[in-house]
Amino acid sequence: MFGFLKKSPAEPDSPLNVAAAEAPAPAQAQTLSWRDRLKAGLARTRANFGGKLKTVFSRGKVDDELLEDLETLLLTSDVGMEATRHLLHELGTRAKHGRLETPEAIQQALADALYELLQPLEKALDVHTHRPFIIMIAGVNGAGKTTSIGKLAKYFQAQGKSVLLAAGDTFRAAAREQLQIWGERNGVTVIAQESGDPAAVIFDAVAAAKARGIDIVLADTAGRLPTQLNLMEEIAKVRRVIQKADPSGPHETLLVLDANIGQNALQQVKAFDRAIEVSGLVLTKLDGTAKGGIVAAIARQCPKPIRFIGVGEGIDDLRPFDARDFVGALFE
Amino acid sequence: MLDNLTQRLARVMKTLRGEARLTEDNIADALREVRLALLEADVALPAVKEFIAAVKQRAVGEEVIGSLTPGQSLIGVVHRELTKIMGEAHSGLNLATQPPAVILMAGLQGAGKTTTVGKLAKLLRETQKKKVLVVSCDVYRPAAIAQLKTVAAQAGADFFPSIADDKPADIAAGAVDWARRHYYDVLLVDTAGRLAIDGAMMREIAELHAALKPIETLFVVDAMLGQDAVNTAKAFSETLPLTGIILTKLDGDARGGAALSVRHVTGRPIKYAGVGEKLSGLEPFHPERMASRILGMGDVLSLIEDAKKGIDEQKAVEFAKKLKSGKGFDLNDFKEQIGQMRKMGGLSSLMDKLPAQFAQAAGQMQAGAEEKAVGRLEGIINSMTPAERTKPELIKASRKRRIATGAGVQVQEVNRLLNQFEQTQKMMKQFAKGGIAKMMRGMKGMLPGMR
Repeated sequence: MFGFLKKSPAEPDSPLNVAAAEAPAPAQAQTLSWRDRLKAGLARTRANFGGKLKTVFSRGKVDDELLEDLETLLLTSDVGMEATRHLLHELGTRAKHGRLETPEAIQQALADALYELLQPLEKALDVHTHRPFIIMIAGVNGAGKTTSIGKLAKYFQAQGKSVLLAAGDTFRAAAREQLQIWGERNGVTVIAQESGDPAAVIFDAVAAAKARGIDIVLADTAGRLPTQLNLMEEIAKVRRVIQKADPSGPHETLLVLDANIGQNALQQVKAFDRAIEVSGLVLTKLDGTAKGGIVAAIARQCPKPIRFIGVGEGIDDLRPFDARDFVGALFE
Repeated sequence: MLDNLTQRLARVMKTLRGEARLTEDNIADALREVRLALLEADVALPAVKEFIAAVKQRAVGEEVIGSLTPGQSLIGVVHRELTKIMGEAHSGLNLATQPPAVILMAGLQGAGKTTTVGKLAKLLRETQKKKVLVVSCDVYRPAAIAQLKTVAAQAGADFFPSIADDKPADIAAGAVDWARRHYYDVLLVDTAGRLAIDGAMMREIAELHAALKPIETLFVVDAMLGQDAVNTAKAFSETLPLTGIILTKLDGDARGGAALSVRHVTGRPIKYAGVGEKLSGLEPFHPERMASRILGMGDVLSLIEDAKKGIDEQKAVEFAKKLKSGKGFDLNDFKEQIGQMRKMGGLSSLMDKLPAQFAQAAGQMQAGAEEKAVGRLEGIINSMTPAERTKPELIKASRKRRIATGAGVQVQEVNRLLNQFEQTQKMMKQFAKGGIAKMMRGMKGMLPGMR
């Protein structure tokens, strides 16, 4: 079971140093390309959202008809009723205060309102508070948990951190293999067991990480729908067991949300929060969905910091959430 | 969660009481609520628009049936239309071809294609006794092939091995060849998840389709999808001649508006619904259930139907006469009511069907406790003599003690029952002034134990 211990001691060092040395230079280039990539990823969102907005805004005045059109627009972007009402109310207030007569002014006002709504969610994940920093990952089936873990591992490695993956999805067929292949691609150790209890696998992983001085543990869990109460119970137990392995952990509980999902995302956030105290969100598949509006609904009704968003299939396509960029890319 | 449709309609419809016919004017506000409810349920806007137009056309001129409020009438129309759009009866898979019948699966990442392949394989094997081969053309996601292999083994289907270095088209051709030579009835082809905007991947699946010439091309859709479902479905149906839809993850608590969006865009029947993680979790699709779920209204209509079935109209008429003739509502009637409620499927099934405001009030009691309480009420009444039942005022301290012993309860409970009865009686007297229709309506609100 502890066979992996034999080969690894030298391992964390080498990729770590290389990554650390290389980090500053590409970081600069990446900031630029990142914005482009986000834009490209959200291009479809913009085509739909922005395109429609233009026609709506070209009318020029804030009247009831415009508000009604905007309501429809926001709703069809998965923004949801509550957040839509809020945004329109904001827009109405702004219209009263300032003179919003040009389409650009209205668009700017809506963008500002959206930015104000989303800005509080923009909180980067600080992984320096603990060592090992234990990150537990949860979500519904097919949200992209395992893929996100692969991307996260790469992301942290690029920052010069050592990473260890725990294959806590012991239920789905070949989930373990999927994580192991990701681990190989990233040169990261994966702790897995033949079968058995997800909590036990993660417990082992935390112990191994401590023994080897690993910086970050990424713990995968099986996908589950919030309605499956026994499985929600199980994931609550996983959290408790992590606390047993490290009383201060888990230091971050990430809920992975598929951006294609509609209003149910809210239910998911609430249900998982009840079970495992979600401390951050990862929004995946933003390149495919035409709208990222659910973010606004989350900001309104159950605000949780959005730690990362996934805008592509590439291993580099998972990045921290930036409200300004997000809104900008949406409205440009 | 969100206001459900019934609740909102109730608000709008307050002004509508007493109108005998639905007209364009008096349903305009209500239709707006319907529209918002559908949008909140993640039904895509184009589908909503078309649907509302259809409902309007149907609803205008509809007469408000005796015991229903205009709001309920409108919901009836909405529900009926929704069920109709969602497809009529369940249509199974078409396997009528020279074997092997090839079934191609397509969908977004994480829609549940591989799991559904496993479920379908099991279903076809067990219910139709087919010899099933499965193959994975997902050469992209790590361990996707291994996943299908495991799932196939669990489903008892044969697995055609493929390696990630092969081209999907080659894998598929090999699998068809193998299936033909080994006399398989059905070949299920799993594919990689793809985004509708990914041109290269969409071309790949189109080529796969051209090479395989599948008799069924199934689009696998996550029931939780939002507004974008309509774009995705459009792109897939433009690329592939879809023959059917499978809705997955229906055991979640999403309202499932995606079902309507996808159905609207593709016009294809929804053939199955995936529920639960087990491989046996694949059910035929029920349009009416889905309609109720999307409307988020609890099955009000079937409650009304149940009420009609459960309460004998004849008895109700006699009952009304009795009230009007001045002879009071007695414990016999009270007991009958409890019995009728049981006929309608007990309190908990009733709760599911009730609109939110009632369910909320009733929800204060604990779930299992209600059934028990109802049984106990019956027990207490059964311990009374016929004279006591017709003239409850006879029941004084010593009779109460006897009844309590007979029913095996405390005297307090007998008191409580008598109190409850008195309240009900009071309400009954009020209803006696109105007609039967009014009383029928009232009955729903005053089922014993509901407060």
